[in-house]
Amino acid sequence: MAYISLPEDLPGIRGLMNYRPETAQPLNQLVDVLLQKPSSLGKGERELIASYVSSLNKCKYCSNTHGAVAKHHLGDGEIVEQVKANNIDTASVSSKVKALLNIAGKVQRSGRSVTEKDIEKARKEGATDKELHDTVLIAASFCMFNRYVDGLGTSAPDDPEVYDQIGAYRAENGYQAPNNEIK
Amino acid sequence: MAYIDVEDGLPGITGLLEYRLDSAKPIRELTQILLRGASSLNEGERELIAALVSHKNECVFCSSAHTAAANLLTGDSGISAAIKEDIDSAPISAKMKALLKIASKVQESGLSVTEDDVEKARKKGATDKEIHDTVLITGLFCLYNRYVDGLNTWTPENPKYYKSLARRIGPKGYLRPPNGYEGKKYYKEED
Repeated sequence: MAYISLPEDLPGIRGLMNYRPETAQPLNQLVDVLLQKPSSLGKGERELIASYVSSLNKCKYCSNTHGAVAKHHLGDGEIVEQVKANNIDTASVSSKVKALLNIAGKVQRSGRSVTEKDIEKARKEGATDKELHDTVLIAASFCMFNRYVDGLGTSAPDDPEVYDQIGAYRAENGYQAPNNEIK
Repeated sequence: MAYIDVEDGLPGITGLLEYRLDSAKPIRELTQILLRGASSLNEGERELIAALVSHKNECVFCSSAHTAAANLLTGDSGISAAIKEDIDSAPISAKMKALLKIASKVQESGLSVTEDDVEKARKKGATDKEIHDTVLITGLFCLYNRYVDGLNTWTPENPKYYKSLARRIGPKGYLRPPNGYEGKKYYKEED
């Protein structure tokens, strides 16, 4: 049970967003801009960054949710499992995405861990300034979301089917759609 | 030098928020709600949470900026210095001590917070909303600190800069001014 009284028994961030709609609004907008808006990084690639950082933070709800969204965008659950298991080097993603996931992993520990060399490596694989910017900001944002979800002791379902439903719904509708339509 | 091409003359978070305006907008709005919106925690107390978390994340830009803002809003620079040394002996309420301890846990990991931490805060009078906002402010600064340092932004060394920054964000808050910022005019060594 969550550490504060949430109006409805909704898991993860959904209960928190119901609890305080005023802060939910910019939070949803941020994640929509970063993960859904057109970008030279595919939606699936950006969701992989979100799922990877969340799994490094051991945030079960976010890691499974964004893993499921990634799976729906990529049409491939195997890549998601590789990334969540921190097997970046052998994951079936491009060298550029590997370099970006490496940067995201550094950001998860501390912004100060990212080196000039990490950036150079990503640039050599074709990463642009905007992709570097977005990778760092997505990783940083999930360091916020993960702390929010776990710091208030919210619940996370065990059933993979639940995440699959959420993943399909978010992949299709984005993050500004109401959050009360998933059972 | 920043890892990406942000506008010259705009330090720390300012250059990043100008670099991508559509992601900056919700970040600024969230900060305005949490640090300046209606709350039973006063603005100085909320800036203290931001300063402590940024200090623990070793983000010099954010820590300097929010320490200066907390000093201005609490009217006592001793408080921000004291909480960084030892929360228990700092000259703040028992409720604030309990909330800052929760913030310290959240800075490490959301999973570090225990039922007991929350119970303690509640016994000292903390409400659900205060506990919620403490956790979310901490989460938000774990975002900011990583954003600012992960892209290696410029951190001015002159303490006067942070004082002038505090004089702006203290009363005016965090929303973008209508015309944004101009690098050439933004940073003045003598502020």
